Amino acid sequence: MKWLKNALHDKVAMASFTFLVLIAAAGIFAPFLAPHDPKAVHMDMRFAPASWEYPLGNDQLGRCVLSRLIYGIRPSLLWVLAALVLSVGIGGIVGFVAGYFRGRLDAVLMRLCDVMLSFPGYVMTLAIIGIMGVGLENILIAFVLSKWPWFARVIRTSVRQYAEADYVRFAKAIGISDWQIMTRHIALVATPDIAVIASSSLGSMILQISGFSFLGLGIQAPNAEWGMMLSEAREVMFSRPELMLAPGLAIVLTVCAVNFLADALQTALDPKLGRSRQKPQALVSALDTGISGKSGR
Amino acid sequence: MLKVEGVAKAYKKAGLFSREREQVLADIHFACDYGECLGIIGESGSGKSTLGRLVLGIEQPDRGSILFEGESVTKRRGRAGKISAVFQDYTSSINPFYTVEAAIMESLRLIGMGGQEASDKLDFLLDQVGLDRSYRQKHPHELSGGEVQRVCIARAVATNPTCIVLDEAISSLDGSVQMQVLQLLKQLGQTYRMSYLFITHDLQAAAYLCDRVMIVHRGRVVETVAVEQLKDVQSAYARKLLGMVML
Ligand SMILES: Nc1ncnc2c1ncn2[C@@H]1O[C@H](COP(=O)(O)OP(=O)(O)O)[C@@H](O)[C@H]1O
Ligand SMILES: [Mg+2]
Repeated sequence: MKWLKNALHDKVAMASFTFLVLIAAAGIFAPFLAPHDPKAVHMDMRFAPASWEYPLGNDQLGRCVLSRLIYGIRPSLLWVLAALVLSVGIGGIVGFVAGYFRGRLDAVLMRLCDVMLSFPGYVMTLAIIGIMGVGLENILIAFVLSKWPWFARVIRTSVRQYAEADYVRFAKAIGISDWQIMTRHIALVATPDIAVIASSSLGSMILQISGFSFLGLGIQAPNAEWGMMLSEAREVMFSRPELMLAPGLAIVLTVCAVNFLADALQTALDPKLGRSRQKPQALVSALDTGISGKSGR
Repeated sequence: MLKVEGVAKAYKKAGLFSREREQVLADIHFACDYGECLGIIGESGSGKSTLGRLVLGIEQPDRGSILFEGESVTKRRGRAGKISAVFQDYTSSINPFYTVEAAIMESLRLIGMGGQEASDKLDFLLDQVGLDRSYRQKHPHELSGGEVQRVCIARAVATNPTCIVLDEAISSLDGSVQMQVLQLLKQLGQTYRMSYLFITHDLQAAAYLCDRVMIVHRGRVVETVAVEQLKDVQSAYARKLLGMVML
């Protein structure tokens, strides 16, 4: 468990991890944590400033901003996380099988991925929304459908490379089963790669789902979602700019934390790097995802 | 014990539309007896490593048969632990996430050893290859090339194999370390009475360790001679190979 020790020594990583765990927990326990009903409208309290009862103030319909922020964690982070786990799971299985066994199976699976990948992710998502209608579930389905081939391809490439290593040859030579080789050797060495691609796409997926909600294609009013809160605040951007602050900061902080964690994970999981690592990379990749996420909208 | 008959292997040539196949091995015949050390010598690209992989049962030959104690080597359960291997590239021969202990334990677990017995055996094996207990918790990147090869040898003999395929096992080591590992191999071969398939391009190393050498050129066996008769090789290619060393 050396990597755990490495991770514990990295303060930025620990801070990001704690932050994300707290956010996720807040999302799960939203009904207990949120001070008010996120959908309750109080027209008399429109644009009320922060008070003891409403710590982050009220929005244009007098709803509690803090409660909406907390409930917004569910679609913005938790559901995205679930979609990510599902697509990495499917992609991982396909990638492992294709990369390890090669041959015809590999060819068939990869052509299937190529077909899926030949549609740009956004076109796929929009097509599915067009067919199945607007809504969070459909966007999540579209995410899984459009992301798994990509994960499958990336994971296959790393599995293929690791399956060539001499330690795998040795294990095969002395007669260890394919299943054990995959779980004890390849899964182990491929985990950092998978963790890094998964966590770095989590950042962009959070931005995308917020983007779709911002455009009104994702979760439907009056449910709370960070991108949608931003979209609602946009209408009063010049008179009440502070309303953009809460959801905006929530998105930025969460995506940054995810990206810092992704980077720290990569270094922590590498047995060769031990405890000496460089940090500046994290910032670059955080900016990177941010930019690509934005340009996608 | 090991009997290779009429083995041929071809690989598809690189390139998307190429249907051509490159014949890497053709019509290979040889046999290796219990306790014998057979050297397989040839220049780079002559198909030695491919032959090694076929003997280990990692890949299937296109034609011919490879029998180990009368059974085909491609049957995984039949050969479990009886044939073992040491490879050339010490940077990738141990899983970078494994400690020395975990790497050797993999072999011990295969033969059903566990607990205290395995731990004692591990110390014994490490001692036998000239490493002490402090190496147990080290990762491969913390070891020198020679030390990694020693661990690989310990891991290879851990399953009490009848035969070990050594594919360029010393070629990537420095001169003096090469000699030490060769001596270790020679000594282990005598204690365990294992047979070696010593694949190398280094005739001198083969002459030191082997009883017989088989000279391979472009995927064919050119000549097989006992080490004592190396000077009397017949074929032109073998003479040329030998001449380069003698000069
Ligand atoms: N997996 C493979 N796919 C395609 N060609 C291969 C493969 N393995 C080996 N070859 C080819 O077979 C030939 C012999 O390689 P190898 O057995 O490694 O030779 P040696 O070990 O004697 O240097 C080389 O020309 C190499 O390009
Ligand atoms: Mg070779």
